[in-house]
Amino acid sequence: MAVQNSISQQKSSPTWRRRRYGLTRQEKTAILFVLPLMIPLMIYWIIPSLSSLYYSFTNYSVVMATKWVGLNNFTRMWADNLFWRSLKNSAYFTVGNIPLVMVFGLILAVAVNARIRFRNFFRVVFYLPLVTSTIAISMVWLWLLDPNFGLLNVGLKIIGVHPQLWLQSTKQAMPSIIMMSVGVGVGGTMLIYLAGLQGIPESLYEAAKVDGANNWQTFWFITIPMLMPVTVYVLVTSIIGSFQIFGPIYAMTDGGPAFATTTIVHQIYINGFRYFNMGYGASQSWVLFLLLLGLSITNMRLMTRGMEVA
Amino acid sequence: MNRAANLTMQSAPLHRPLQKTSHYLVWILLYVFLGVTALSMLIPFIWMVFTSFKPQTEIFKMPPVIFTTSYTLEHYARALTRGNFNIYFYNSMIVSVVTTLLNLFVTSLAGYAFARLKWRLREELFMVVLAVMMLPGLIALIPTFLIVKVTPFAGGNNWLGQGGTGWLDSYPGLILPAVGGGFYVFLLRQFFLTLPTELEDAGRIDGCDEFGIFWRIILPLCKPVLAVVALFSFQASWNDFLWPLVIVQSDRMRTIQLGLTLFQSQHRIDWGVLMAGTAIATVPTVVLFLAFQRYFVQGIALTGIKG
Repeated sequence: MAVQNSISQQKSSPTWRRRRYGLTRQEKTAILFVLPLMIPLMIYWIIPSLSSLYYSFTNYSVVMATKWVGLNNFTRMWADNLFWRSLKNSAYFTVGNIPLVMVFGLILAVAVNARIRFRNFFRVVFYLPLVTSTIAISMVWLWLLDPNFGLLNVGLKIIGVHPQLWLQSTKQAMPSIIMMSVGVGVGGTMLIYLAGLQGIPESLYEAAKVDGANNWQTFWFITIPMLMPVTVYVLVTSIIGSFQIFGPIYAMTDGGPAFATTTIVHQIYINGFRYFNMGYGASQSWVLFLLLLGLSITNMRLMTRGMEVA
Repeated sequence: MNRAANLTMQSAPLHRPLQKTSHYLVWILLYVFLGVTALSMLIPFIWMVFTSFKPQTEIFKMPPVIFTTSYTLEHYARALTRGNFNIYFYNSMIVSVVTTLLNLFVTSLAGYAFARLKWRLREELFMVVLAVMMLPGLIALIPTFLIVKVTPFAGGNNWLGQGGTGWLDSYPGLILPAVGGGFYVFLLRQFFLTLPTELEDAGRIDGCDEFGIFWRIILPLCKPVLAVVALFSFQASWNDFLWPLVIVQSDRMRTIQLGLTLFQSQHRIDWGVLMAGTAIATVPTVVLFLAFQRYFVQGIALTGIKG
């Protein structure tokens, strides 16, 4: 395509006259313009991503000589209870986090899309946690969830509920992190849904009104189907994001108590940078990559099939 | 059908006042819902600020003192002196500002080339840039660490990159791998595509070279989208955690996010100082957001439209 374009352009403008090495003036400029981006991209993203596959088959660690170990890392992973535990925890976080963020985000988007006072104030407040660093928010929640002096237990005491252990309990640690993440993520989903809502043509709503549809019917049969592409986008990106949760885990529980919150990325970090089993860590990151690749594709397929049936 | 219509007509006079009150009820419920949600999202921020200004004796008081009468700056003073938060803040500022400037330069040049220049392999290369954006960044984490470590002639390395620590634990190591976001290139390319070609033609007739056209004619028209890129890039860099965690080894190179976790893990947690440090870490991005929220909202909306 690009080649054809440049040939047809050649005739009309002297800029397109070919010089030595068969490069036009614009092509030379383009190379110069793209290089500052492509060099760091190549060195720090493309080459590492590919070589990470190679490291998956080695026992690389910073200290010892590298040896090809074949599928050893993968058989080790298969027998590694912590790896399975981390997969389960990541899935737990994802399944707990995403429905809440999406439903709550949609409700908030519809609410702030209505003609209400202080609309902008609400939007700003809901989005605020997203510009704050996850580490900072984790620190505040660590304080809010402190079993002895935290604000949450104080609140529970007022309504007559016993103080909870929150992050220090194997049962409550993950729900606590999910609770925090929903509060953080919901503003982003809200803004994306808001953009989607504003893209729905007014004429559809007018037609529904003429047909005598009530508010609920309009919402179910116009708003929701029209937001389907946005929903797919939010779902795919949230799954990919949720499966990579690391910051709050590291800062709040470091995978504990008793590995109740260790996630895949946490395991990769521990193996790669605490135990310096970098080959093993690389193989785990490839498994995560393949997992996410498969998830996004199946997810997209499921959603489009669902749309056809409807 | 007819009967239903009849029924509604008959019940209409009765129905109307009811409908009106239920209408008000819906509005009241909406405001209560929004108000409660907003408050629950603000409470962590409010509690952080309140805790950071409370004297040590009031922090652990039960029931908690909400509005203290004796505000104190002792926690901030301790965070800056004993906690080294002045160094962490300075490091984060350097890294974020330089990353943002480099990102602006690099991604706008590339976005311009992808949108306005005609060259072979243009579409293919753009696909590569987008694919890198889609990649979970984690997959490159370990090899990128190794590449930074074997940077030739840096950190005691020879020309083969052996013998030293390379760019680990240094500003270039923190900055360069964060340069070149595919999302920013995408955003800028979309914006450049909307500009009329007459602008460049006029520049060429006036004898401007290609860089001059880009720098003097096109870029000044792109301030809004450049602002979006700058804000997102600064925020991402300021809040980044995993990469600094991996490559920073000494205290003098710590970014503010690392400083927070270090402070939380090393000492018996001193909540006053930790909340003061957290407040310091929160201020820059929140202030930028409040000042330029229009651009943030535009940027988010653009990511949504893409889907």
